[in-house]
Amino acid sequence: MVKVVVCGAAGGIGQPLSLLLKQSDLITDLALFDVVNAPGVAADLSHINTKSRVTGHGKDDMDAALKGAHTVVIPAGVPRKPGMTRDDLFKINAGIIRDLAEGVAKNCPGAYVLVISNPVNSTVPIVAEVLKKHGVFNPKKVFGISTLDVVRSSRFVSEVNSTVDPKATRVTVVGGHSGVTIVPLLSQIPGVVDGLSKEQLDALVYRIQYGGDEVVKAKDGAGSATLSMAYAGARFTLTLLEAVVAGKTGLVESSYVNLDADVESTAAFKAKHGVDYFALDVEFGKDGVKHILPLPNVSAYEQTLLDAAYPELKTNIAKGVSFITGA
Amino acid sequence: MVKVVVCGAAGGIGQPLSLLLKQSDLISHLALYDIVNAAGVAADLSHINTASKVTGHVGKDSLADALQGAHTVVIPAGVPRKPGMTRDDLFKVNAGIVRDLAQACAQYCPRAFILVISNPVNSTVPIVCEVFKKAGVFDARKVFGVTTLDVVRSSTFVNHIKPQFEPHANRITVVGGHSGATIVPVLSQIKQVSFTPEEIKALTHRIQFGGDEVVKAKDGAGSATLSMAYAGARFTTSLLEASVRGKRGLVESTYIHLNGNPGAEWNARTTGLEYFAQDVELGPEGVANVLALPDLSAEEQGLVKIAVGELKGNITKGIDFVVQGAIPVAKL
Repeated sequence: MVKVVVCGAAGGIGQPLSLLLKQSDLITDLALFDVVNAPGVAADLSHINTKSRVTGHGKDDMDAALKGAHTVVIPAGVPRKPGMTRDDLFKINAGIIRDLAEGVAKNCPGAYVLVISNPVNSTVPIVAEVLKKHGVFNPKKVFGISTLDVVRSSRFVSEVNSTVDPKATRVTVVGGHSGVTIVPLLSQIPGVVDGLSKEQLDALVYRIQYGGDEVVKAKDGAGSATLSMAYAGARFTLTLLEAVVAGKTGLVESSYVNLDADVESTAAFKAKHGVDYFALDVEFGKDGVKHILPLPNVSAYEQTLLDAAYPELKTNIAKGVSFITGA
Repeated sequence: MVKVVVCGAAGGIGQPLSLLLKQSDLISHLALYDIVNAAGVAADLSHINTASKVTGHVGKDSLADALQGAHTVVIPAGVPRKPGMTRDDLFKVNAGIVRDLAQACAQYCPRAFILVISNPVNSTVPIVCEVFKKAGVFDARKVFGVTTLDVVRSSTFVNHIKPQFEPHANRITVVGGHSGATIVPVLSQIKQVSFTPEEIKALTHRIQFGGDEVVKAKDGAGSATLSMAYAGARFTTSLLEASVRGKRGLVESTYIHLNGNPGAEWNARTTGLEYFAQDVELGPEGVANVLALPDLSAEEQGLVKIAVGELKGNITKGIDFVVQGAIPVAKL
């Protein structure tokens, strides 16, 4: 049995994300949890003629939703409005994530936990600290989903260079999941950066870093990225399941993780930069993180981006950690 | 690779439907039209790293731009049901919406395939056809009422009581229309499993009122959106596979105007109706061939009789809405 739980399943991301997961034949049970509307969304999805059984769980039913979960995907929380940064969401979303992490610790401590709720740079540390408190934290199993930055990178690069196939080209995106903490390693894609002027490169990087703001602005108060986030979230979730359920090897995605998921590869990096969490390319194995790929040789331009990312990340991480530890 | 337009793209069905279509490699341009919010939805979807470009078009003045050059137009636009409402109750609001969209299609993309999701489908498909006839651009092979959700539900519900029946690989023919008693799933054609008469009755009822099941579960928050998006995308994809990629032998149950479609004569004669849902083989022209109604059990024959009776009224309602509409047609 492979039970996947979506926490926040009735929301703007949760609904289309659940629709995409419903189409996977690796999932036997799809449990939808939300404070309102989950039973209706479940009834809707349950009519689709794919393998998984769908259940809906309201706010008093969190334990039943999480019990026996193999994987928990968390898009729960409020989205940004124009003018807000992902950090502004912290006040509301931190408590939501903490409570869900408590539920995971209690009901499915061995589950993979995939965090979408912003600000990811802080909410992933929140999940980790709650699980640590209960003695059930496994860094190989907790992921911040930064896949939308990868998706955007592929897409935006293809729009400035038509020889790049957006679907086939994966871009490594490191750092974190907000503004200047997003560092796309465009130098790693052959032939792309050379064809761009400094202005064009700046514009491309800026667009990737603030792609989220682009959508918040276009939606003009009606929300933030939901459909593209659902797409990215499903892509990451299904890649993980391909590895841990179907046993496929060699699968790599950029993901925001606790660096203890691969101490050997990251100890030096961690000591040098003083960050416990960082998005890097992660290779999946049958138990989650198999290997964290080291930062490749970056260009001088990318080094300046990284230099700007580290201090902001440190602050975001500390904010998440202290929310739980009080330190 | 072609241009596909979604009219009502910012709605409950439109958004997830557009997300699914964004993943198709047969679509080069996905144009999203709605009276509000389409620009935001388009910006969102445009970030997905698949081939198609996405544009958003908001408000009636943008409709021409949205529709120009369309290969296929999918229409989920309109209001959804609330508990207690039948699909027919939606007619008052949705008939005008569909008529206006059809008029724009007749003007800006008269040769496009038109896929109607807006309820009540039994009446809105006749509305589209009559508008196209009035404009002199009607091609019966190109207008489809999307009844695929009934087909999807049929497989799912059979699987719920017969786990050995694989729901995804097995297709069930559903004939008639797309509401309550007009939905006739041909369960007698299923060879892999057998049913007791009680099971047939319960299954048939569940398939017919599957929509109500979701409306009730959503308790005022809407009707089926995600499963309808799934079904709508599946039908659209089948049509694109047939008409763009040239795949042959693809069969879907769909509600169409019978006259003008090859193979429809038997069904037209048997039912006495102008419009009916049945299995259709898709091809480059849209409808390649209409499959005659399969052998029906005695119960199914009874259900078809009831369906035909109800459909007559639904169809007349749709036709009259256009024919007796604000711009009168000169009687010959």
